[in-house]
Amino acid sequence: MNIGQTDFYTQAILSLAALVGLTSFLMLGQSRLLRLIFVFALQGFLLTLTTSLAAYSLGNPHLYISAALTLLLKVIFIPWMLRREVLQMNIHRDIQTLKNKTMIMLGGASLMVFSYYVLHPIVQNTAPVMLNALAVSLSVVLLGMLLMISHRQAVAHVVGFMSIENGLFFAAIVATKGMPMVVELGIAFDVLVAAVLFGIFFLHIRSSIDSLDVDLLNRLNEIEK
Amino acid sequence: MNWLIAILQSALFIILAPLLAGWLKYCKCRLQNRKAPSLLQPYQDLLKLSNKQPVVSEQASWLFITAPYLIFSATALAASVVPLIVVDLPTSASADVIVMVGFFAFARFFLTLAGLDIGTAFGGMGSSREMTISSLAEPAMLMAIFTLTMTASTTNLSGAIAHVLDEGLVLRPSFVFALFALVLVAIAETGRIPVDNPTTHLELTMIHEAMILEYSGRYLALIEWASQLKLMLYGVLIANIFFPWGIAETFALKDLGYGLLAILGKLALLAIFLAIAETLVAKMRLFRVQEYLSFAYLLGLIGMLSHIILEASR
Amino acid sequence: MILFSAYLAVLLSFASGLLALTVNQRHLLQTLCNYSFSTLFKNQSQHKAWIDKNLELQRFPAFLRQGVFILLGLSGLFAVIAGLTVLISKQVITDQLPLGLPWLPWHIRFDCLSGFFFLIIGIGVFAVSLYGPGYVRTYKEHQHPFASLGLFTGLFVAGMLLVLLSDDAFMFMIAWELMSVASYFLVAFQHENSANRRAAFLYLLMAEVGALAIILAFGVLASFSDGFTFNALRESKLSVTWSSIAFVLALLGFGMKAGIAPIHVWLPEAHPVAPSHISALMSGVMLKVAVYGLIRFCFDLLSEVQWQWGVVLLILGSLSALAGILYAMMQPNLKRLLAYSSVENIGIIFMVLGLTMIFMATGHPQLGVLGLLAALFHAFNHALFKNLLFLGAGILQHQTHELNIDMMGGLIKKMPQTSLLFLVGCMSISSLPLFNGFVSEWLAFQTALQVDVLDNGVLRSLIPVAAAALALTAALAAACFVKVFGLIFLGQPRSHHSEKAHEVQNKFMLAGPALLAGLCFFIGIFPSTIIHLINNTSEQLLGQTLPNVNALSWLWLAPVSAQQASYSPPLVLIAALIAAGICYSYFRRNPLTTVRTAPTWDCGFGGLTPRMQYTSSSFTMPFRRIFAKVWIVDEQISKETKGAMNQEVASVHYQLQVHDHSWPHIYTPIAQGVNDLARQVGRIQTGNIRTYLGYSFVTLILLLWLIS
Repeated sequence: MNIGQTDFYTQAILSLAALVGLTSFLMLGQSRLLRLIFVFALQGFLLTLTTSLAAYSLGNPHLYISAALTLLLKVIFIPWMLRREVLQMNIHRDIQTLKNKTMIMLGGASLMVFSYYVLHPIVQNTAPVMLNALAVSLSVVLLGMLLMISHRQAVAHVVGFMSIENGLFFAAIVATKGMPMVVELGIAFDVLVAAVLFGIFFLHIRSSIDSLDVDLLNRLNEIEK
Repeated sequence: MNWLIAILQSALFIILAPLLAGWLKYCKCRLQNRKAPSLLQPYQDLLKLSNKQPVVSEQASWLFITAPYLIFSATALAASVVPLIVVDLPTSASADVIVMVGFFAFARFFLTLAGLDIGTAFGGMGSSREMTISSLAEPAMLMAIFTLTMTASTTNLSGAIAHVLDEGLVLRPSFVFALFALVLVAIAETGRIPVDNPTTHLELTMIHEAMILEYSGRYLALIEWASQLKLMLYGVLIANIFFPWGIAETFALKDLGYGLLAILGKLALLAIFLAIAETLVAKMRLFRVQEYLSFAYLLGLIGMLSHIILEASR
Repeated sequence: MILFSAYLAVLLSFASGLLALTVNQRHLLQTLCNYSFSTLFKNQSQHKAWIDKNLELQRFPAFLRQGVFILLGLSGLFAVIAGLTVLISKQVITDQLPLGLPWLPWHIRFDCLSGFFFLIIGIGVFAVSLYGPGYVRTYKEHQHPFASLGLFTGLFVAGMLLVLLSDDAFMFMIAWELMSVASYFLVAFQHENSANRRAAFLYLLMAEVGALAIILAFGVLASFSDGFTFNALRESKLSVTWSSIAFVLALLGFGMKAGIAPIHVWLPEAHPVAPSHISALMSGVMLKVAVYGLIRFCFDLLSEVQWQWGVVLLILGSLSALAGILYAMMQPNLKRLLAYSSVENIGIIFMVLGLTMIFMATGHPQLGVLGLLAALFHAFNHALFKNLLFLGAGILQHQTHELNIDMMGGLIKKMPQTSLLFLVGCMSISSLPLFNGFVSEWLAFQTALQVDVLDNGVLRSLIPVAAAALALTAALAAACFVKVFGLIFLGQPRSHHSEKAHEVQNKFMLAGPALLAGLCFFIGIFPSTIIHLINNTSEQLLGQTLPNVNALSWLWLAPVSAQQASYSPPLVLIAALIAAGICYSYFRRNPLTTVRTAPTWDCGFGGLTPRMQYTSSSFTMPFRRIFAKVWIVDEQISKETKGAMNQEVASVHYQLQVHDHSWPHIYTPIAQGVNDLARQVGRIQTGNIRTYLGYSFVTLILLLWLIS
């Protein structure tokens, strides 16, 4: 495939896919929470762009609604909520020391290659653009998990979780050219509920262990050492 | 004919470089509510320096005195490779883009050696820092440029730019990354604000200035001019690789004129962006620069990978 | 004729070794000479007078030294002649010598690949023989006998040449061992120091383990063929698994000799302790023989290469290149630094060889040729500049009695010629344009940029990463050698010795490095001279030539096609001269503005001292911080305070030690494992004689049972 020969829509989707992948990488390497949330919002914004682009070029007006929902939820509401949470708890100046940052980044890069490797046989018959977009979404999902594994702050876990959702969403837009409206609304609602639940969850962890560092939950271990 | 144009273009490059520096300074002054010096001020500075008697330390060896000439020539050679107003330069064939990076390395090699020559603490400090930054920046730059050269499947800069021009507007994810990487590298390599402050003489922060502290007179003029040339070179690289439209493809006089106007416009615009960025951003700590540059390196690498995986996969 | 000069090169190196043995036999020589003149050449009295004069007690050692090195130099010269002629005539010459085992005479084969490495060795040996007499003069005869140095140098060179000539596994191994053992004695030459003995032992140990691996690799091949000649080995039909096993063994063996990370540890230990001209030969030339072995084994003996091997080489090469240069940067000892930088360069060569394998195995032989070209060219260049730098280090040690970079400084004024030669070496190794190092690096990048033709996704993503590593390596190498040159030659002298240093008096000691520096520059400007030769080599070895042979002229270098990439060093040189000339004449036009000298501005504190300068550890401090995990850094700062309330700092002690990760993580566990194993085995040693008899009895029974 040569990118010069494809249509403009494909080019744009590919570029956006690359940028979404980049934001995932950025989140993985981020050690400050506020910046992490900002990059997450950026990823949401890129998703909004993708959705509106798909809506425009496929002539599918209900995707606009989906784009608007994304914008509202993932670019504005959830980042705002997380940000408020972080500021309230006064942990925005904490620098999370990521151990083995280089190893994590390298691991992220190899996950990306791995997702290509995994998807290669599956999408052999479809257009190459599909392979690329799906591979990027899969790697966004995997990178989100890696983010949750490598970071210690509960906020970072929420962001990682949401970015997994972002990856799935991106795949859905590109691969199926928009899911039925009901599904979209359902997902949006799920995300909202998840965000609220996380808010409550934060409250409880903080009141019980005075911190959002999930490593401190190790104390709940029942086994005597 | 080709060679004549190539030589004229390099001369134009060398002559315009101080103007760009002046314009940048002008923009910055206006943004910071200061009264701006004349646009031609850098020329006057250079002229004045070149007519002054240089004072050289007693410790200086022949290398100290030769270095400015070598630095300037190497930078000028690098400039002669880059298409400014017209593609299809014969000089681009005799030295491709890897050689251009090599010229930069050549100039830097002698600049850092000159910094060490006198044996003051400042010189060593500047050299050490410069080598640190550049040894991280150079690979990032090569990565960004390799993305271009692999797209155009040539390392000949003229050829690559012509290829981008022929292809028309294609949105390439790899170019987005390469552009960012090259911008970051350009800022680091030309010693602009988040990395180095060109106007400072504060010992803890200076890099470029620390190395050339012992220079005066015509030697200082040569080094200053070379660094202005380098700034312009990076500007032209960014402008002509990623936004090549307007550059002349034939040697017709009209096309050349348009090419000149186009590049002047693009450079002026870039300088405004740079001035805004320099006004808004604070200088980084020295040991934050590595993060900045490894980010650039990562971007360059991702650009190259996304070219290979996304754009040309089979 | 070609073979004759090759043999002559080998014989001359033997002869030089034997001549060195006569250092204690002056009387014997005198009587021999008297006898021969009285019986054979009666009427040549002027010759007799000349020889008699030189055999006098005073002049004899110097005469002998010169004689030994002249023979060595002639050997180098003939090696160059033999190599060049075979490369130009593209011949394959085979021969058999009635030596060795009765049913297996020594098979000799001299082809382009051997010829190319003959050329490398020849140049190295010739330069060393120019340099040698002046350098070894300082050794005290009773402490460091010249006889052993000369003998083993001769044997070492002969061993290397024989490795290249051999065409069967037996002769190859014999020559290989000759080379290894002779160089062991050379490393152990200054044996009064226990560290040196330890380094030499480590070297011997690793060389022998490597040799074992090579023997096993040959064994794997030989078990699938009927004989030990290379011709028979070439015919052997191996399954992919067995050939991969052979490849891994060969990689282990040759890689150990070549100094690929992580099996490089003998290199930084052995090179600094050997005499400088020997380190030059070992680093510049012997490592290339190991590269030759790998190329011969993989591309010639093994019938088909697999791309997976290429990946292994690529990864190992990139790691060695990066690790080598990063470790080099931290060394304050000049020769140790150069040894680590050899690891880096060998890493680059292996990396490009890996690319060659990948392209060969995936059906792009022409690009494989490009890779081989880059690898061989880099091997050649490395031989030139590493020799040059080691010889330069020898001169520095000779003049300042120091190898610690932090103790030198300001030598550019004391030793102008040496500094210029050293500068050329530093510029070549930092791969700056106009010098030879740049050309091979350029070719390596061009090879890596051809990745677009590959189909395999893993390779497509791996090769750019390797190219990125190569770019980083090149930039770090420049930083490292700026440090080297800047701290040794620039600034103010940091020690008494370097303040008193002066230029070497012996012009021949400068002639060797000067020859190499000239070649570095010449080949940087006219690379196609060598590229043509390598092209012949690859035509013979791989049956392919470069895609774009016609465009290879003395002016242009366009290995793939003129549209894709081209480089014209002569034009660049001309342009550089013009540019420098114009700015020089423009800025020098006003006679009033001649340079005025003044003391350095010291910020008003009253006097700059050499101690204010940057040192090696301070220059590399940012790197130490950025790449902190690469080394085991042991940094200690202790302050002594005095005065009231201990407020005033009397003195500060700073200690920095940088260690290699491979010791605690690879070698110590292995050593421990071997020890544990030995202890287990030791259990059967009870000390009771009847138990031992029982062992023999059981063994006997077992054997009887086996053969029944």
